[in-house]
Amino acid sequence: MITRLLVANRGEIARRIMRTCRDRGIATVAVYADPDANALHAREADLAVRLPGAAPADTYLRGDLIVAAALAAGADAVHPGYGFLSEQAGFAQAVLDAGLTWVGPSPAAIEAMGSKVAAKKLMGAAGVPVLPELDPAAIGAADLPVLVKASAGGGGRGMRVVRTLAELPAQVAAARAEAAAAFGDPTVFCEPYLATGRHIEVQVLADAHGTVWTLGERDCSIQRRHQKIVEEAPAPGLADAVRERLAEAAAAAARAIGYTGAGTVEFLAGADGFHFLEMNTRLQVEHPVTEAVTGVDLVDLQLSVAEGAALDPAPPPVLGHAIEVRLYAEDPAHDWRPRTGRLREFTVPGAAAEFTPVRGLRLDSGVTAGDVVGVHYDPMLAKVIAWGPTRAAAARTLGSAVAAARIHGLDTNRDLLVRLLRHPAFLAGDVDTSFLSAHDLAELARPLADERAVRLSAIAAALAAAQAQRAQARVLATLPGGWRNIPAAPQLRAYDGPYGRVEVAYRPGRTGTPTLDEPGLTVGQATADRVELLVGTVRHTFAVTAYDDLVCVESPLGPVALTPVDRFPKPVPTTAPGSLLAPLPGSVIRIAAAEGDPVTAGQPLLWLEAMKMQHELTAPADGVLTSLRVAVGHQVDVGAVLAVVTPAPEDQP
Amino acid sequence: MTVLLTALDTGSAEYAANRAAMLDRLAEVDAEHAKALAGGGPKYTERHRARGRLLPRERIELLVDRDSPLLELSTLAAYGTEHPVGGSVVTAVGVVEGTECVIVANDPTVRGGASNPSSLRKTLRALEIARTNRLPVVNLVESGGADLQNQKDIFIPGGQVFRDLTRLSAAGIPTVTVVFGNSTAGGAYVPGMSDHVVMIRERSKVFLAGPPLVKMATGEDADDESLGGAQMHARVSGLADYLAGDEVEAIGIGRRIVADLRWRKPGGPPTLPPDEPRHDPEELLGIVPPDLRRPFDPREVIARFADGSRFGEFKPDYGPSLVTGWASVHGHPVGVLANARGVLFSQESQKAAQFIQLANVSRVPLLFLHNTTGYMVGTDYEQGGIIKHGAMMINAVSNSTVPHLSLLIGASYGAGHYGMCGRAYDPRFLFAWPSAKSAVMGAAQLAGTMSIVARQAAAAAGRPYDEDADLVVRTMVENQIEAESLPMVLSGLLYDDGVIDPRDTRTVLGLCLSAVRNAPDPGPGPYGVFRA
Repeated sequence: MITRLLVANRGEIARRIMRTCRDRGIATVAVYADPDANALHAREADLAVRLPGAAPADTYLRGDLIVAAALAAGADAVHPGYGFLSEQAGFAQAVLDAGLTWVGPSPAAIEAMGSKVAAKKLMGAAGVPVLPELDPAAIGAADLPVLVKASAGGGGRGMRVVRTLAELPAQVAAARAEAAAAFGDPTVFCEPYLATGRHIEVQVLADAHGTVWTLGERDCSIQRRHQKIVEEAPAPGLADAVRERLAEAAAAAARAIGYTGAGTVEFLAGADGFHFLEMNTRLQVEHPVTEAVTGVDLVDLQLSVAEGAALDPAPPPVLGHAIEVRLYAEDPAHDWRPRTGRLREFTVPGAAAEFTPVRGLRLDSGVTAGDVVGVHYDPMLAKVIAWGPTRAAAARTLGSAVAAARIHGLDTNRDLLVRLLRHPAFLAGDVDTSFLSAHDLAELARPLADERAVRLSAIAAALAAAQAQRAQARVLATLPGGWRNIPAAPQLRAYDGPYGRVEVAYRPGRTGTPTLDEPGLTVGQATADRVELLVGTVRHTFAVTAYDDLVCVESPLGPVALTPVDRFPKPVPTTAPGSLLAPLPGSVIRIAAAEGDPVTAGQPLLWLEAMKMQHELTAPADGVLTSLRVAVGHQVDVGAVLAVVTPAPEDQP
Repeated sequence: MTVLLTALDTGSAEYAANRAAMLDRLAEVDAEHAKALAGGGPKYTERHRARGRLLPRERIELLVDRDSPLLELSTLAAYGTEHPVGGSVVTAVGVVEGTECVIVANDPTVRGGASNPSSLRKTLRALEIARTNRLPVVNLVESGGADLQNQKDIFIPGGQVFRDLTRLSAAGIPTVTVVFGNSTAGGAYVPGMSDHVVMIRERSKVFLAGPPLVKMATGEDADDESLGGAQMHARVSGLADYLAGDEVEAIGIGRRIVADLRWRKPGGPPTLPPDEPRHDPEELLGIVPPDLRRPFDPREVIARFADGSRFGEFKPDYGPSLVTGWASVHGHPVGVLANARGVLFSQESQKAAQFIQLANVSRVPLLFLHNTTGYMVGTDYEQGGIIKHGAMMINAVSNSTVPHLSLLIGASYGAGHYGMCGRAYDPRFLFAWPSAKSAVMGAAQLAGTMSIVARQAAAAAGRPYDEDADLVVRTMVENQIEAESLPMVLSGLLYDDGVIDPRDTRTVLGLCLSAVRNAPDPGPGPYGVFRA
């Protein structure tokens, strides 16, 4: 029996595993890199062990340190989660060698599937359909396009689509270099590239007593940069016969390598059937959708299997439909650029459970308000999962929940996820791996709040700010805000929003309820965090949260983040950057450079004499002395521009 | 404490008529206010804006805390004179960085912001309010100095502005000046006399004499910048403490200066629950009849501005023509004296004197609600000592050391105006409703009195009395007195601090009762000899 388990991971998956451990009465041990010292997973664990440093290679990928941490904390088992060391046979072996229980398949099974090249051969032999492996040297025009993949890879890294023979050698070389850097194994292989296939995978779970379950399939076709962002179970629009054949193939794959524990067999399904892609010998990010439709707790079963328990002869049936979306701190409209910063608020209203299978709305989050999302790790903030009796019901529940999520301080892919979940093609089940390139990405990533919604939200923000201002007034706090005895200028507040600057003018009333100079719009109740606006006869309620430099407004019109414009903008320096100003009045006594001279930062350029003291003026940056405005003997006033150094191009921002 | 009930029938024809009359008068006041707001009119306003400059009220709006209340003072200054309404200057009590301040801003769109006699009186009144209530002063200066056409009326008294500024400083009341443009000749002493001075690069111009005058006086050729530019004053003369790049930055610096004053109010924050009145302040429009000979119950007014409509009435059964009692407004305790049926008799006067003394013992500010035709006249009353008793009341009012506020809601005639703390009795603030009238006596009474005196003179001289001429004279006098009694006229002469909308009464009183707490309590003082 496991009594204390170390989770060799971070973020939401570490929390997910620890939740089940707590339910089973198993003590938990976390490991944390320095940026994660206050992360939720480290705070929630019974014990936590520091992994010094920040980079994954120094911390979460250091199997030796993690085994040592497990021993130091008195753990008797290790769960790897997903990613990091979860598919490193060597790590699994090291855990076992240390006398600890490994929650996962045997090192041999991991090894067997770790090489994609070898795995394809194994599966082909077991009768599972596989795509032909192409020798990069023998590829001809008829084989194009092809996909170059790292044999040891995962998560889309090292993958390249090649469409012309000309670019093939360079892409293979680049993929080799990337694979060597990322996985320590430069082996790459090519296979036919199916641009519009569907990514369908089967969850398997096997015990040490010969029972192999398949727990239905998942469709994970919607991907960006080969990473999944929407996953669902079961796969929509699949014929029952295909479903059965997929399950049989997955079970066969597991049996072929004597698999134990939870794993996933991934297939690429096209018009002409399906092909084995790879087997992931671990829990998957998207496991909650399977949990939702089957009702099982996969981590619970992983632990049971690791403890040697036998599975029931048959798995529970699949009921209803579940969809998961991955919320990333990233900007879909700008090449999915990851975003960093401090998360000020993160809640998903209506979540019925966290990390627990539920026939409703589930939130698996690795972050909480106050966390800083940095550059070191994956920018996934959370997963939101909805179960419904039908696919349409699940999509509607999830779309509304994600739209209503309170996410303050970070840009995310939320708007894209909501538009996806409401997209007619998605609702028709018309999903494949090209979804995001086939549909207008700019349209999909467009903010949920339109220009009118942003304007109304800015008005609500202004009225809430007025109330907040009144609440903290030191004098006259109970008088009507902004009251004037003769009608004068309205109160003005401005915000920068997604469509540019929004200016709001409101006139405080005698009773304290302000009026707006906008036809058809009246103000209802207004407090510092909640504002009602009546658009005609319909009352809209806006939830307003103000931070120093950010106001977040939520309403059924969509979430809006605004930057308040300061009444007193910081003065813009009027001198050119690189200008040398006289620090005091004096006379120029010596000049050591001429116009056009290249200069280095800190190089003395000229000397002033004032009050019998010599003052040396040096170049503020590397560059060129582009302007010299004084000569020896000149009297200069304080603040006078003496010279200008134009920074060298590499120093310019 | 009792919660006041109301007997006001808002469905009655009388209420409707009162309300209609009040709204008519408010419309007249609003029309005058609109003139003050328009400043020098569209042409000069646009020219000013085209130069990238803010209007005085825009400067004030930027200066004061967002969403804070602001009370403009003497808004009708110069009404009824040859000068534009408003007096080419805006004065106000406003909140800067949580500090109640007196703000004085020239309106450069009106004759370049030059001062006329009304501007001067308005400015001096604002400085007086700063002095008596110990409110820091912020001057937003852009003025060409004295309006030369009126120099005889302002040159000699105008010196008081500079005297008062430095006396404020001497009293420890901070003075801040932001110079937006010209502040020349005599105007140069406004920054000169201020504790803190902000100037704006390329904009502020402060010198005793400009280039032409210097050329005339000494033959020197000098330019504006060397004589009085902001950079010169910041770097050479030291007259400027802060140099701003533009108006907005200058106002921001002004706010920072006030924040750094670390001003503390000795009176502290409000002490009582500031709940809204139980009765709707909107109904204040329908209480005062247009004909002031018809009495109204001032408790109906108190019930619409006092916190929770609570009023602890003092001596309700004694001297019932004057209502006295304790209330609070926006949490500030206040003792109220309100005329109920116009006339002050001996009982009312004695009651008032006692109540004022009680307020002085408990150090509670007093509010006088005027609707009086004066002290009672007639043989019985003279013999009953009405002068003696009226004198008691005036003695108590004059020597009371708690802050006084006066609000003229109806008539304020004769010595009653004095006993109720009229302007000459230095209330900290004095406002009027549009329904108010103030004079030595009612216009008809005054005209009638003059007629009787003339008739007696004719009879004594044995001349026949010309009844037709009497009628003409009486009508003329009555019309003149009636016009002179109107609040806008008195406001134009700076005899009050403004005409307010009755519905704003609670807000105005709350603001004033808060402002007065900036001055320390001098403690109770002696009274003159009471003729008991």
